[in-house]
Amino acid sequence: MLEIIDLHASINGKEILKGINLTVREGEVHALMGQNGAGKSTLSNVIVGHPSYTVTQGQILFNGKDLLALSPDERAHEGIFLSFQQPVEIPGVSMVNFMRAALNARRKYQGLDPMAAGDFLKLMREKRKIVELDNKLASRSVNEGFSGGEKKRNEIFQMAMLEPRLSILDETDSGLDVDALRVVAEGFNKLRTPETSAIVITHYQRLLDYLKPDVVHVLMNGRIVRTDGPQLALEIEKRGFDWIREEL
Amino acid sequence: MQSSQQYIDLFRQSASLIDRHSAPAMNALRAAAFDDFVRLGFPTTKEERYKYTDVASLFAPDYGLNLGRIDIPVNPYDAFRCDVPNLSTSLFFVVNDVFCSRFLPKASLPEGVLVGSLCEAAVRYPSLVERCYGHLASSGEDGITALNTMLAQDGLLVYVPKGVQVERPVQVVNILRADVDLMVNRRVLIVVEEDAAIKLLFCDHAADDRRFLTTQVTEAFVGERASLDLYCLEETHAKNTRLSNLYIRQEASSHVCHNAITLMGGTTRNRTDLVFCGENASCDMGGCVVADHTQHVDNNVLIDHRVGRCSSNVLYKYVLDHEATGAFAGRVLVRPEAQQTTSVERNQNICATRQARMYTQPMLEIYADDVKCSHGSTVGQIDEAALFYMQQRGISRQEAQLLLKFAFVGEVIDTMKLEPLQDRLHHLVEKRFRGELGRCEGCRLCK
Amino acid sequence: MEEKNSYIRQVADKKYEYGFTTDIHTDIIEKGLSEEVVHLISQKKGEPQWLLDFRLRAYRHWTTLEAPTWGHLQMPEVDYQAISYYADPTARKGDDTGKEIDPELMKTFDKLGIPLEERLALSGLAVDAVMDSVSVKTTFREKLHEKGIIFCSISEAVREHPDLVRRYLGSVVPYKDNFYAALNSAVFSDGSFVYIPKGVRCPMELSTYFRINARGTGQFERTLIVCDDDAYVSYLEGCTAPMRDENQLHAAIVEIVVCDNAEVKYSTVQNWYPGDAEGRGGVLNLVTKRGLLRGRNSRLSWTQVETGSAITWKYPSCVLQGDGSQAEFYSVAVTNHHQQADTGTKMIHLGANTRSTIISKGISAGKSQNSYRGLVRIAPTAEGARNYSSCDSLLLGSHCGAHTFPYMDVRNDSAVVEHEATTSKISEDQLFYCNQRGIPTEDAVGLIVNGYAKDVLNKLPMEFAVEAQKLLGVSLEGSVG
Repeated sequence: MLEIIDLHASINGKEILKGINLTVREGEVHALMGQNGAGKSTLSNVIVGHPSYTVTQGQILFNGKDLLALSPDERAHEGIFLSFQQPVEIPGVSMVNFMRAALNARRKYQGLDPMAAGDFLKLMREKRKIVELDNKLASRSVNEGFSGGEKKRNEIFQMAMLEPRLSILDETDSGLDVDALRVVAEGFNKLRTPETSAIVITHYQRLLDYLKPDVVHVLMNGRIVRTDGPQLALEIEKRGFDWIREEL
Repeated sequence: MQSSQQYIDLFRQSASLIDRHSAPAMNALRAAAFDDFVRLGFPTTKEERYKYTDVASLFAPDYGLNLGRIDIPVNPYDAFRCDVPNLSTSLFFVVNDVFCSRFLPKASLPEGVLVGSLCEAAVRYPSLVERCYGHLASSGEDGITALNTMLAQDGLLVYVPKGVQVERPVQVVNILRADVDLMVNRRVLIVVEEDAAIKLLFCDHAADDRRFLTTQVTEAFVGERASLDLYCLEETHAKNTRLSNLYIRQEASSHVCHNAITLMGGTTRNRTDLVFCGENASCDMGGCVVADHTQHVDNNVLIDHRVGRCSSNVLYKYVLDHEATGAFAGRVLVRPEAQQTTSVERNQNICATRQARMYTQPMLEIYADDVKCSHGSTVGQIDEAALFYMQQRGISRQEAQLLLKFAFVGEVIDTMKLEPLQDRLHHLVEKRFRGELGRCEGCRLCK
Repeated sequence: MEEKNSYIRQVADKKYEYGFTTDIHTDIIEKGLSEEVVHLISQKKGEPQWLLDFRLRAYRHWTTLEAPTWGHLQMPEVDYQAISYYADPTARKGDDTGKEIDPELMKTFDKLGIPLEERLALSGLAVDAVMDSVSVKTTFREKLHEKGIIFCSISEAVREHPDLVRRYLGSVVPYKDNFYAALNSAVFSDGSFVYIPKGVRCPMELSTYFRINARGTGQFERTLIVCDDDAYVSYLEGCTAPMRDENQLHAAIVEIVVCDNAEVKYSTVQNWYPGDAEGRGGVLNLVTKRGLLRGRNSRLSWTQVETGSAITWKYPSCVLQGDGSQAEFYSVAVTNHHQQADTGTKMIHLGANTRSTIISKGISAGKSQNSYRGLVRIAPTAEGARNYSSCDSLLLGSHCGAHTFPYMDVRNDSAVVEHEATTSKISEDQLFYCNQRGIPTEDAVGLIVNGYAKDVLNKLPMEFAVEAQKLLGVSLEGSVG
């Protein structure tokens, strides 16, 4: 599904990613771990096409398509969803309008007509339940005045609405208490199908307890230095990252 | 000074003609206004309040004036159909500066409420008009007000007697209609007595593709515990010049909500002076401007806190595209007696192109110590982080920009207290941003 | 309430601490201004022809101008013919060469607490002291000379470094700039000149003390600072004047040129005589200060603590010409009694990715009027320019005024300009909290005001920060009413 080949990327002239190779197949959940500054968020931002990053070398293929040639919204239409580490507040734009615009843009890309207003609101209601999101949130502006937990739940809610094929969760667990984490993780699990995949960026095992990754990667200084099964995450939880560095 | 000379000559030659087609209460102030105008001339950009609009050059073209009050045939209903859904208003028309008495709303206004020709009212109710006319709009310190007072022959009177609450909003459509380039000097008098309330919506339209220049001087008296909502929407065209001077006086515990929305126009200059004369009064003043091409929009606001315990809240937002220029100057004056004043003033602007230019000048002038005042002003562009977030959700960059611009000015529209009107304006603004003609459906006025 | 009033009286009675006159022999020329006087000043200073020509052009231009009236100020009528335009306290009869320092003058500086000689060594300051119009002594010359740094009076610079002076004088503030700039350009008598050569970090703070002494004189000093590529300097300016019943005129110019990657910090503590409690006398402080950030990534910061003068009219400004240049303006302006201040800055963004920050704190007490006036202009060429302005006013007492007049003019769609301002009275809750902890009201005010002004005071070099804090206290103690 996703194939990253020798990816180099930089921001403000500083190289952060120094040759990433990563393949994610249908139905797989990959965990991406590593210390701060290793390049985890950079990788997720480059996949979705953040304008601040420049790809200097390498390729990203998504179902065979050259992702780097697409604009961020086109990548979204292809089915890539990023749950942001710090979702931005957009005052004055209501969640309803925002989601309608997003969903209908996708439908247009797929050659479908816009969704009827009634159907859309029904869909909103259904999907909201998945993450136990308050009815009132829908009428509020995007992320404005949301607590940290509400913002993350709102991200998963949007994921539910847009039904992506590849989800990237960028430290979705940060700033969440145990209950909120459970709600978010269970919401995510409900959305999983054999056709969807995910990349989960985290520092901690506790999110992975819920999400059960198939593969765990360790990112260090812009490269994937170790790839293994779920037990790697448990080992990191116990021993930290230094032993990996020493082994290199 | 040359352009002012032709109006000085005009008045000298036509004073008796002007008087003949107006009312004594209005004629009474002309001589003094003329002297003021001779002394002041048109404001220059050296004057602090006219820094950003070169008024004299606006008067340089040759305009006709209808001093002889020749009837201009027009059936406003032929031209205008306002279809704000769910908004049922009492609809009146003013063509140039003439109140259309042939086309009145079917539903009648509450007992004692007057909406009609100022000139006729000045004859029928001389004491009411004399008591108010020219009392707020001093011709001694503003050349435009002087010119208007000297030349205005008619306009509109809105009168709400003591204790009367006018439930249904009153909508007044100003239609500019002429076969030649035309100057209109319109005068509006609004009197809302104690415990009375009214919501007024003024819509400016130009029916002909001619140059129009309108000076409009509005005086609004808001009595104790009274409430006035005054919404002014301008949707004219690039050849139109609007010079509006609005003077509002608020008595104790009164409330005013005023919004000036400029969607289409050539040159727009709104001067708004509001004075608090009684305690515990409040005002919400807003404006939103969507300007493109060579449009010029200048809002100049003075809030004069003369007494204590009043609160003012000012919010103006501009979105400037192409080579449009915008100016906002808001002066909040808190006099020594005005203790416990609260005042918030905000002006936020987006310049969408390199050629667009924004001047902003939020001023606080404070002589009392027990006050809470703040102002803020920003000029910038659309938030990149928000744009990217929306793109990640599959919304195209262009669409995301539209949504954000729309949300940006939406904040001003949401301060209005007529929900159907809010919806309508949201719709109009969205259309305006999409580059479609920002006009009401079914309206054939805006070409 | 009564208690507070009695305190106000105490403060009103408080004397201006620096208000003594010095009995020094001074060479004052006849009052009045004419081409002859300009010739005379130039001749007394033995100036070259080009400088005389510069002065004459400025004088002729000045005669066509009128004093600006746009400030929020009640300006007394100034009779420019009743002022003497040159006073030299070092001149001795029949002795042109002896420019030694008069012992009386040294006493004056002692009274001012200016450590002119050995005390300087301890505090690490190099001082140029300008009394009335003439620079009296510049310390630490030798040490600076080793590094190639030039720090001397501007008259000396005209003699010793004519090419530098000629190249930069009037290049940032042209004589046509405004009424007071034209006046200064015609009659300036002295001031400081600083040149920091390429790549040199000036190892100590450079400092100038200004003092107006002689009666009926004006002070028209001129400061020129040129900081070459990759160089750095921090410059301090202090001002005092004796108590006089009449107004004294001070119309100075400061010009700063900052080259590639260079950095200049300019700090002022202005404590000219503010006039008495009834508003008699005091200095009219009408100053044009401007820096040109000519080089790429150049930096300039203005920091000012303004507590003195009857009238302050000054807008230290920055022209951000070099790409990536950064400018800052930090100001605390305190007014009490009948003082009037109209001060602020101009940030003119010309270069790409230029940044400016404005932090202004106004404090008004008594019957004073305190205005912030600032302009932020983003030119079409200033791609990616940023400005942030924050202007706060604090009111102590119900007879004073605090005003904010920001002007913003934005002509580039990639610019972001933000302005915030608040005005409020000193918090009763804060005062009460202090009182409850046993701090008397007058101390609490000083404490709160110092806290309020902290963002700016922190920008001052250590030596000045202490003095500035004391000044705030002296100017404001107990002005709550």
